[in-house]
Amino acid sequence: MPGYYNTQHLADFGKIADVQPELGKKFFDYYASVFADGALTAREKSLIALAVAHAVQCPYCIDAYTQDCQQKGADFEQMTEALHVAVAIRGGASLVHGMQMREQVQKLGM
Amino acid sequence: MSVATATLQNITEDLANDRRTPRADRTLRRRCSPLASTAEQLRVLAAVPIEQKSARVEFETLAGKFGPAELEIFQVNVGKLCNMTCRHCHVDAGPDRVDAIMSDAIVDQVIAAIGRTRAHTVDITGGAPELHPRFRDLVEAAVAAGKHVMDRCNLTVLLLPRNKGLIDWFAEHKVEVVGSLPHYRRRNTDAQRGEGVFDRSIEAMRLLNAAGYGRGVPGRRLTLVSNPAGAFLGASQATAEREWRQSLDREHGVTFDRLFVLNNMPISRFLDWLQRSGNLEAYMQKLVQAFNPAAVSGLMCRNTLSVGWDGSLYDCDFNQMLGLEIALPDGSHISKFDEASWHARPIVTARHCFGCTAGAGSSCGGQTA
Repeated sequence: MPGYYNTQHLADFGKIADVQPELGKKFFDYYASVFADGALTAREKSLIALAVAHAVQCPYCIDAYTQDCQQKGADFEQMTEALHVAVAIRGGASLVHGMQMREQVQKLGM
Repeated sequence: MSVATATLQNITEDLANDRRTPRADRTLRRRCSPLASTAEQLRVLAAVPIEQKSARVEFETLAGKFGPAELEIFQVNVGKLCNMTCRHCHVDAGPDRVDAIMSDAIVDQVIAAIGRTRAHTVDITGGAPELHPRFRDLVEAAVAAGKHVMDRCNLTVLLLPRNKGLIDWFAEHKVEVVGSLPHYRRRNTDAQRGEGVFDRSIEAMRLLNAAGYGRGVPGRRLTLVSNPAGAFLGASQATAEREWRQSLDREHGVTFDRLFVLNNMPISRFLDWLQRSGNLEAYMQKLVQAFNPAAVSGLMCRNTLSVGWDGSLYDCDFNQMLGLEIALPDGSHISKFDEASWHARPIVTARHCFGCTAGAGSSCGGQTA
């Protein structure tokens, strides 16, 4: 095992469908449909993907959607704002759990 | 050179004193860059390792054979003089390019040829074509010959004091203004064209809108041209047009009629940038991987004649910038142009042509597939 992450994995991602090709095909077809222009534009979807990529901390997705966002016509500022949406939700999710802490403190404390 | 020398001197002095047009770069020529030579550009392109299944890939390998269609676009490049120096310029245009400006004699030959051609559109480009001393003569001659005229405009040139009144003159002559704006947001535009260019471009669009351009009025068409600010392909033209329309209207109150999305060609200053930023090989591979067979039939070299500032003929403006002259039996000069032999010519291609077949295709008329 050479290491946990490898740049070549992204280029070779399609090979995942070599085994159980039917499931692989269903996934990639679905994936392509998700990112097509619809009620949201392809650019907007790519920005969401970029934000989610940071939230799930996937280096492959960050690489792929940084390129995809640019190609779909998003600029650096839009991409950075999308990133802050992920940051705000992650941070907010931690902070809102503080409400549990408060409840316990208030219950147990004098 | 027989261009009215005094007028030209006025123009270059104006450009030298112009402190308002931002400049992003210096020309390759001024920098004495090796890439100022077309031979060096072709050598660099040929040296990029592009392989598929461990065989070297050339444009002809993938595109196969294709020939000319009807001649529709008569494109005239009046020279490399420009008030701007964008980082991606495929012409290496700039305020110092007084070495490459169409002479009076060639302008007269071009005007004569426009009178004879069956092409329906005369597309005038540069540099900034509006800076040529005989730009208006050329437009008037094309209009008199019943042609639709397109002016490839960098937008900021319209704000130069010497061009006051030009927009109204365009409207009188029903000239289509094809304005370059890489992106609908400031950052990407300024990164490519110079800090402050976006605001100047919006200011020019306001003047165009005030003259009736960009409002769906026939004869006052404002087309915008976008190209990527980096080593990636253009966005989908139809989607981008909707997004641009909304954003430019909402944020700046300006409108346009249509959007062309182009890919950047790996030549001249964009080639220089690719090389210096370490993106050349990956970009060439990206173009080849994105090769779209459906874009071949829409290639602009099939329906376009490109005339250079010295009267030389080419299959497109990119070939012109690489010095790849048209293959015509009577020689490649406007003074000897014969439309019948044009229809029988083989089209000249090289590796830069992958730029026009990548993704949704790319041409001076936008996406092709």
